[in-house]
This record gives sequence, C-alpha cells and structure tokens, in this order.
Amino acid sequence: MTKQPTARNDLLLMAVFTLAILTMPIWAAPFGAGYPDLLQKFAIYGLFAVGFNILFGLTGYLSFGHAAFLGVGSYTAVWSFKLLSMNVIPAVIFGMMTSGLFALLIGYVSLRRSGIYFSILTLAFAQMSYNLAYSVLTPITNGETGLQLAIGDARILDNMFASEAATAIPATNLFGIEMSGYPGFYFCAALLIIGFYIALRITRSPLGTILKAIKSNQNRMNYTGLNTRPYTLTAFVISGMYAGLAGCLLAVTDPLAGAERMQWTASGEVVLMTILGGVGTLLGPVLGAGIIKYFENIFSSYNDQVLHGIFAFLPDPIENVLVAITGLFVGDGWHLTLGALFMVIVIFLPGGVIEGFTRLYSWVRAKVKQDAGGNSVNNGKSQPQSAE
Amino acid sequence: MSILSVNNVNKSFAGLKALNQVNLEVEEGSVHAIIGPNGAGKSTLLNCFVGRLIPDTGTVNFLGQSLLGITPHAINQAGVARVFQTPEIFGDLTLLENVKIPTLAKRDGAFSLRAWSRIDQDSLVTDKAEHILEDVGLIEKRDILAGSLSRGDKRRLELAMCLVQDPKLLLLDEPTAGMSRADTNNTIDLLKRIGERGITKIVIEHDMHVVFSLATKVSVLAQGTVIAEGAPEDMKGDPRVQEAYLGGAHL
Ligand SMILES: Nc1ncnc2c1ncn2[C@@H]1O[C@H](COP(=O)(O)OP(=O)(O)OP(=O)(O)O)[C@@H](O)[C@H]1O
Ligand SMILES: [Mg+2]
Repeated sequence: MTKQPTARNDLLLMAVFTLAILTMPIWAAPFGAGYPDLLQKFAIYGLFAVGFNILFGLTGYLSFGHAAFLGVGSYTAVWSFKLLSMNVIPAVIFGMMTSGLFALLIGYVSLRRSGIYFSILTLAFAQMSYNLAYSVLTPITNGETGLQLAIGDARILDNMFASEAATAIPATNLFGIEMSGYPGFYFCAALLIIGFYIALRITRSPLGTILKAIKSNQNRMNYTGLNTRPYTLTAFVISGMYAGLAGCLLAVTDPLAGAERMQWTASGEVVLMTILGGVGTLLGPVLGAGIIKYFENIFSSYNDQVLHGIFAFLPDPIENVLVAITGLFVGDGWHLTLGALFMVIVIFLPGGVIEGFTRLYSWVRAKVKQDAGGNSVNNGKSQPQSAE
Repeated sequence: MSILSVNNVNKSFAGLKALNQVNLEVEEGSVHAIIGPNGAGKSTLLNCFVGRLIPDTGTVNFLGQSLLGITPHAINQAGVARVFQTPEIFGDLTLLENVKIPTLAKRDGAFSLRAWSRIDQDSLVTDKAEHILEDVGLIEKRDILAGSLSRGDKRRLELAMCLVQDPKLLLLDEPTAGMSRADTNNTIDLLKRIGERGITKIVIEHDMHVVFSLATKVSVLAQGTVIAEGAPEDMKGDPRVQEAYLGGAHL
C-alpha cells in the first residue's frame, strides 16, 4: 500500500520545509556552513534541482543540457542590471522569460525523441550554446571574460530617478535592500520556498499525475487519448524556467555571467544532485543539492597543508603516504570524492538519501514495535509511510 | 448500421502477408468476435483500428470517418478504446490513479493544463474512478501499485481504464487470457452488463466459452484472411473453421 499524501500532510510538509530553510543560518552553523555565500548556493541549486526533478523525476526525461538554461538566466539577469535597473525583480522576471523561451525551442526539437536520444539531443544543444557563447555571441556574452557590470552602464530605470551619475558600480538590490550576505540568502530562500510549493502543487495536480503516467507507460498514454508531446514540453519548459531562475539568482548574488556556467559538467551536476537526493521525490533534489554543495565547499577547500595537519600525529612516512592518497580526493580533486559518493549511493540506495531515510524510519518503527512486545502489534497503522 | 467498416485491408511485414484483403462490417451495438489460430493476424487487424499500424492498402472507417493516418490519441478521443493482448497499464501508479488518467482524458481532452488543483480533491474524477473499480472488483486494491497486480487483475484494470471512458467502440484483445474460470465468468458478466449500455465491442478470443456467451457475430480469420463469418451457432460446425483450427485451439 502506498499512502497517498493528503492536503493536510502537504501543509505540514510545507510548514516544516519553510521553517527548515528560514532557520538554516542557525542550524547550518555547527556544520561550518553558516555563512551567506554557501547558504545562497544551497538555495539556488536547490531550486535548480527541484525544477530539474519535474522533468526527470516526474516525467522520466533525463536532460543533460539544463545548464544552458542556467546560463541564459544569468546572462539575462546581468543584462537587466546593465540596461534597466539594479533591482532584482526585473532581472528575475526577464531571466525566467528568456530561459522559458529558450526551453520551448530546445524542448520542441529534443522531445521528438525519448530515452537516450533525448538526452544526447539536450547535451548537444547545451554544448552548442556553450560554444556559441564563446564565439558568435560574444557581443552578448562578452566571451571568455564573461559579462560584467560597468560604471557607465545605461541602467535606464535607475537613472530616471537618480539625481547624479554613479561613481561606483551599484549593488544589486531589492528596492534598496542590497542582495549580498544574509538579505541575498533570504531572497533566494523565499524563491526556493515558492518554487518548492509550486513543484508540490504540480506533483499533486492532474498534470503531475499525467506526467507520472507518461514516465510509467507512454504507450498506454497514447491509446488513452492523451497527447503526450505538449505535456512533456510543458514539463520541459517549467524545469527550464526553474533553471533560468537559479541562473538569475547566481547573478543576483554575484553579478557576472560566464559561459562556463553552461558547460556539460554543470548539467551533469544537477543530475547527480537529483539522483543523490532521490529521483521523483519532492525533498530529495533539495537535499541532494545541499549535500553536493556542502561537500564541494569542504573538500575543495582542503589542501596538502590541511591534510598534513590532520595526519600530523602519525609517523612521517605514513603521514606522507596518507596525504598523497587523500590529497587526490580534495581540493581540485574533490570530484573524485563526489564520484565515489555517487557510486555508493546508486549501488546501495538507488532511491537516494530519501530512500535511506525511509528505510531507516521503517527499521526504527519495526524495532520500536518489537521492543514494545508482540501483544500490542495491532495498534496504529502498520504501513511505513513513504517519506517525501 | 455499421459503426466500423473495413475494406480490402492489406498489411505485410517484410514479405509476410499478415492481412490479406480483409473486409469487416461491425454493426453498432453488436459484440463481434474475431477468432482464428495463433498468428492469423487478429492483433494486427486491431492495430490498424487504433492507429498503431497503417494498412498498406484498403480503408478503415469509423462512423463514416477514415481512421487512416489519425494519431492514436485522436482515435481514442473519437471513441475507440482498446484492451491489449499483453496488459498496458501504468505500473508505477496506484490502481486509482490508473483509472483517473483515462477519466481525465475523457473529460479534459487530449491536452489541458490543470497544474494547480489537487487531483485527490477532484470529486468528479475520483467518484467515477472508484465506481468503475468497484464494477470490476478491484476497489479494495485501489491504493496499491498496478505493477504488482496478477496478470488477470491487470487485465481487469485495463478493462476498467477503457470502460471509464464510455467508448463507442471497445476493442478487446483476449480479455480473459490468464484468468481463472471464476474470473473469466465475472468478466463475461461485466461485459454483458456494459453491453446494456450499448457499447459496441470487438472481441478477440481463444476461449470459445467466452465467444459463445458474448458474441452476436463471429468472423474467422486465418492466415490474414476472413475465411468464414456468421452467427456463433453457425460457426461452431463450419468445416472451414474446423480446418483452420486443426492443431490449434479447441472448438
Ligand atoms: N510489428 C510486426 N512486425 C513483424 N511481424 C509482425 C508484426 N506484428 C505481427 N507480425 C506478424 O504478423 C502475423 C500476425 O500476427 P498477429 O499478432 O496479428 O497474430 P494474432 O492473430 O493476434 O495471433 P495470437 O493469437 O497469437 O495473438 C504473425 O506472423 C506475426 O509474427
Ligand atoms: Mg494477438
């Protein structure tokens, strides 16, 4: 039996999620993650993964090109800062619009195929965008240097109300509140909570059920009178807009945009986040994004000196060997750690961290019941609730 | 009046003639059985009705409209539903969700964006879905995943998914294969009951008990050709039919 979540369950989920995100600066601090730069990344990549999951987890289409939409969102946001205003609202709106349009175009073509061919098509499109950003499109992207703000930018809206010309590059802001540090985090967090809520509503809606059905059996779908193409395209555009929004927020918190954001490694990263957390679950992608960004931050900051410090208590030859080995897994080599972690998860917990929690939960339940004695087995529900 | 008329349909697979000049008239409100030995082309014929295959030559008209070149989902929207020989269901969805999908398709059309309302609070869809699950005797299993059902139950679920759409024409490819005698009889009863709703049915069956309890007309297909056609009683003793089945199923 799978217990179907009710509206009340979902309200609870939303409340807990909101609370957890808003109090993150407090509870992440003991883990050494309580500073705004990293917290912003958690929220931004969480949003990216939540949207990606609507396409991958719900609809069953594995895109290897979603970083392209991230990049488009970033470029649009920076252009909005340059041309219109340093206010983040227009940047967010335009960023989502352009990434949505871009997704419509790429999705329309890629969704003519499914399975591995779809994945390859999206990968090809993203790599094309990446290369174009470095070559033909340099007037828009500023090529290798990346798109940056300048004192002399037009900023039409801002300058209409400004009394004198700017003497320094102004900061991105939300009606005057500067979007760096904690305010920046809370802005991203608010959008993550809204984005999560929208994903929740979609999952529980007729549309969400239809998307799940497409993933389950596309053949039955056709003979059931539903035209799958516009549904998959809808899922594609929605997830592209989430990616675009995430790209905007990267630019909001650090106003520059470079083509490397569109590289295939970035597309791969969101796949890893989703799988690591739990494909098709609501919370999984957010967890996966958090875990990857957290470990990236920790492991990539380690260097040989830190390692020598850690292993200093050992005799020198052993210390040196250990440092040499572990050194491969930290710093720039942290992707090696990520790869190992990913393999362990896929092999032992194909449902990701969420599946781990679910298993742990039912194990604890069974244990508690056992300890309570065999005669009271029948009180309460006996079904393990699937964590979502 | 015939609801479906098939004229001189031919279909070959790499030289193998699966259908050879097939002609068929299906009367509105009838239960038209198609019988024949394995490999006779029965499923291939149904494939030509639902848009899975396009005949090489010939015409297929449903209510006076050609079905050739029409997409499967549009054919379903026009009122043709099909139960497949190997059950096609949504294995990762619960039974209730499985039945809700065709209910939505019937109510909202081939594409509609309902992304904000909760499907579990859509009482119209839920009621209809629960009602049909009750009809086929699967209501207690409404919350389990369809993939875990027995083969017989999968068939009944697929039947429910078709019936919930109130189709004008229902195509059944061996609807009782893999069912116990008791379940087969339940299904016959169910199909008789929906017969009262006036749904025209084409039934492919190897089980002659089912054929003779349901069919108003029988066509016998062998090697891609209709070799005999008539009332069920007449077909029983027909020497051509005996011939076609020699070594095949029992008549
Ligand atoms: N897609 C296909 N490609 C190639 N050959 C096919 C295809 N579909 C059917 N055939 C062949 O066409 C012939 C008719 O097959 P069909 O499935 O229609 O038979 P059937 O009457 O439904 O048999 P059964 O009672 O076993 O279901 C068979 O020889 C089969 O191998
Ligand atoms: Mg067949």
